[in-house]
Amino acid sequence: MKIKGLPLTLVLAAITGLCIGPFYWLVTMATQNSTEIFSWPPKLLPGGAFWDNLTTLDNKIGLARILGNSLAISTVQTLGALLVSLLAGYAFAKFSFRGRTVIFVILLSTMVVPDQVMLVPLFEMMMKFGLMDNYASVILPGLCVPFGIFLMRQALGSLPNELLDAARMDGAGELRVLWSIVVPVMRPVLAALSVFLFLGSWNQFVWPLIALRSPAMETLPVALASLHGMQANTDYGAILMGTAVSTVPMMILFLVLQKQFISGLLAGATKG
Amino acid sequence: MAASPPRARKKHIRASMVPYLLLLPALALFAVFKAYPVVASFWISLTTGSGALRHFTGFSNYQRLVNDPLFWTSLQNTGIILVIQVPIMLGLAILLALGINSIHVRLKAIWRLGVFMPSVTGLVATGIIFSFLLNKDQGALNWLLSLMGLPAVDWLGDPSWARVAIVLVLTWHYTGYYAVIYLAGLQGVPKELYEAAMVDGAGAIRRFTSVTIPHLRPILLFTVVLSTIGTLQLFDEPYVLTRGGPDNATMTVSMYLYNNGFSYFDSGYASAIAYALTLIVVVLGAIQMKFMGGNNED
Repeated sequence: MKIKGLPLTLVLAAITGLCIGPFYWLVTMATQNSTEIFSWPPKLLPGGAFWDNLTTLDNKIGLARILGNSLAISTVQTLGALLVSLLAGYAFAKFSFRGRTVIFVILLSTMVVPDQVMLVPLFEMMMKFGLMDNYASVILPGLCVPFGIFLMRQALGSLPNELLDAARMDGAGELRVLWSIVVPVMRPVLAALSVFLFLGSWNQFVWPLIALRSPAMETLPVALASLHGMQANTDYGAILMGTAVSTVPMMILFLVLQKQFISGLLAGATKG
Repeated sequence: MAASPPRARKKHIRASMVPYLLLLPALALFAVFKAYPVVASFWISLTTGSGALRHFTGFSNYQRLVNDPLFWTSLQNTGIILVIQVPIMLGLAILLALGINSIHVRLKAIWRLGVFMPSVTGLVATGIIFSFLLNKDQGALNWLLSLMGLPAVDWLGDPSWARVAIVLVLTWHYTGYYAVIYLAGLQGVPKELYEAAMVDGAGAIRRFTSVTIPHLRPILLFTVVLSTIGTLQLFDEPYVLTRGGPDNATMTVSMYLYNNGFSYFDSGYASAIAYALTLIVVVLGAIQMKFMGGNNED
């Protein structure tokens, strides 16, 4: 009953084709004009409308501005959440203090609560703070990531205490220990966590859709969804170009940092 | 090396503050942006009206919820998608993981990379890509069907097919992710167990059910809970692909919540929907954990 290698490999190749086919299709369609996009049978080779589509997209949404919004929010959110997770994870892993278990359990328990519960109160809070339509309204709620704290605690647990104590003997303060001992050793985990955080931040949709009300403040997914949602006068080449612009950088990043991507996205799963 | 007692004590107190200081940013952010909203949301769910006009109305929103046919429709839609999509996706993911893990297969790294790729894409991008691929008249999928001599399907315009379309898109997006999780889990199954089972004359299926599945159980539990929670919160795909239509066939609970909270600005009702959703997530998660994690002693 042994399945021979070749048929199985072919099946896997076909499935992989189904998985990456849409990306090929996206990249080719993004270079076609509307007539080509809706030709029958579908045109499977690149067209000549690359610049046209890019220009139209830029005219419609202000591409540089939107990309800047997405990049700024994702970068600040990633770095902030990374720092918060590192500090908290370090506290949980390397110190014993009153309430350690209780606090940890409370933090983690919100992982089961759907984000939707927080939408209305967050909306009202941001209105009150006058932060609507401001990067801060999107960045702030994403800085405390229970999963990140959990991951850092797990990773730091395996760090030998002697290493930290040696540095403390030499008179280093905790922040110095953290920066010069913990961070260098934890670099792979930090890299994996940053990828996880950045990807989540780059792709987040519901909350930015609510919090960023003016077109100039929109992130890429929000701008694309509103462009896509406009029934009249829709330039399909521009929409597909925008989708490619939001997708391709992540693809390239993924191909370069595949180890960090996979371990970052799987970190919770294999530890459970 | 005797330090003067008061100084030592002061240092001790400062040292005991360190973990709390390290936790301060996390806890402050948690209190303001997670704990408070969760509590406030419950309070809001007990009120009607907005701004200065908001007033306490007890459980009236929940009463309205129970009697709201559209809420039940959204719950039913979410349930149908959940019951069909999660088993198909996780089943495919296991098969895919076993396939890639097979000793006969070459180029494992490429297959692993390829199937993982969709999960790097955002859901909005995925929705847009598939809104073109699933187009009735010019979409690539119907073109593929026509090559096989099959009739065109109105993926996004027909209520039943629209649900199938959502299932299809979710499956495309997440299957590889779960396959890679299972693949990682399979590396943890001791080879000797398979050899011992083969010596005992166990066939491939028997080896799968008596060696692989028990070893994967914690991971299976995790993935079932994770994908259930994810599907219960389904929002982005129906928002981009169908806006909940046609005829509310893809109106999910999250979309209904969004419409009430941010299109009609009925915060109280939206919060009640959110709490109902939370309750469902927590109860279903607990049932799954009890059911699947129950006999873990072996």
